[in-house]
Amino acid sequence: MADELRTAPPPTGWDRCRGVLSRWGFGRGSYRVAPGLYAVGTPGPEAPVLVTANYKLSFDAVRRSLAGRDAWLLVLDTVGINVWCAAGKGTFGTEELVLRVRTCGLGERVRHRTLVLPQLGAPGVAGFEVARRTGFKVVYGPVRAGDIGAFLDGGMKATDAMRRVEFPLAERLMLAPLELLQALPVFAAMLLPAAAWTLARGGSAGDLAGVSWTLFGAVAAGAVLVPGLLPWLPFRAFALKGWLAGLAWALFAAWARGMDAATTAAAVLFLPAVSAFLALNFTGASTFTSQNGVNKEIRLFVRPMGVCALAGVVLAAVHGVLR
Amino acid sequence: MRYLPGVATLALDREACTGCGVCAAVCPHRVFRMADGKASIADLDACMECGACARNCAWGALKVEAGVGCAQAILHGMMTGSAPSCGCASGPASPCCGGPT
Repeated sequence: MADELRTAPPPTGWDRCRGVLSRWGFGRGSYRVAPGLYAVGTPGPEAPVLVTANYKLSFDAVRRSLAGRDAWLLVLDTVGINVWCAAGKGTFGTEELVLRVRTCGLGERVRHRTLVLPQLGAPGVAGFEVARRTGFKVVYGPVRAGDIGAFLDGGMKATDAMRRVEFPLAERLMLAPLELLQALPVFAAMLLPAAAWTLARGGSAGDLAGVSWTLFGAVAAGAVLVPGLLPWLPFRAFALKGWLAGLAWALFAAWARGMDAATTAAAVLFLPAVSAFLALNFTGASTFTSQNGVNKEIRLFVRPMGVCALAGVVLAAVHGVLR
Repeated sequence: MRYLPGVATLALDREACTGCGVCAAVCPHRVFRMADGKASIADLDACMECGACARNCAWGALKVEAGVGCAQAILHGMMTGSAPSCGCASGPASPCCGGPT
């Protein structure tokens, strides 16, 4: 017995709002739709079948791009993860797709034998195997849901631009606040001991504020400046980009706060190391870094970062005691 | 934007290639070029090792050490002695996986 045909109410303003919140991590776990077959408009046996993930942000993006059309939407259970990430983990995968095609009785609902998959689902799905096991041929559609209309109108042909993954400024800046939010524990871990030390040595409120913004700047250099200036910062390695941004910040902070030579040296050792580490973490959100590349960065730079940061702390502490 | 050169592990067996072009279609960084009825690797350093091409090659002509280019996932794997993972395989754990695509 085939699964029922599912329906979903059209996305509302609240859905958009929840979508934005979910990108920030709020209510992320529950922002899903039930997997299964959905009708968009009033699809008949000739209507195209599009496949997507059960993350509601993905689901709504596809539905929006299908507005005014009749289509079938086959939603895989990716445990609420977007297509590309789920494909990398195999949950947007061959097994799940074959299972869904079978359980929702797709073969009886449509006359044609074509499934349109998002191109970014390809790391998880072996199209030839799906064809062998279900009789449905897999066609890879565009990378972005927004191009689905043009893809369908063009006879299921994707242009080179539709197939290319970019990482434009708008997307990077959308990720920057999220990176900052994620880096707050790092900031807190530095600020608390630094503040305690400053107060224990009789520092004023002004000293405390100075320490706070100096540390925060190093976090922002790695988590905001690097994503924003990614293509323009020299070096290919994210860690080096971050180190450079952190160095610029450390020198600025030293000048602005009138640091003496030893404190400046400590700042130059410590702050860029923090920025470099946070910039390295941004590899995960980027769209073009490879695992072997990131492995190489980790091998080359994580230990020096730790040594520099520790040296900075020791130098600042010794200098503080002797002064 | 380009990442570190000389690290991608992608390899193509031209003998096994039938020139179907699926690798060129699924590659998000346009690494392949189709010519003379065969695929060729035109831009190896653009490869992000996502594994889409190898997974979809019905003739096993492509090999790549597929994985995630994510420092958090790799460091997490190193610390727990397991494979690189952001923890999102059984539900959302990392905000990285919260993007729309």
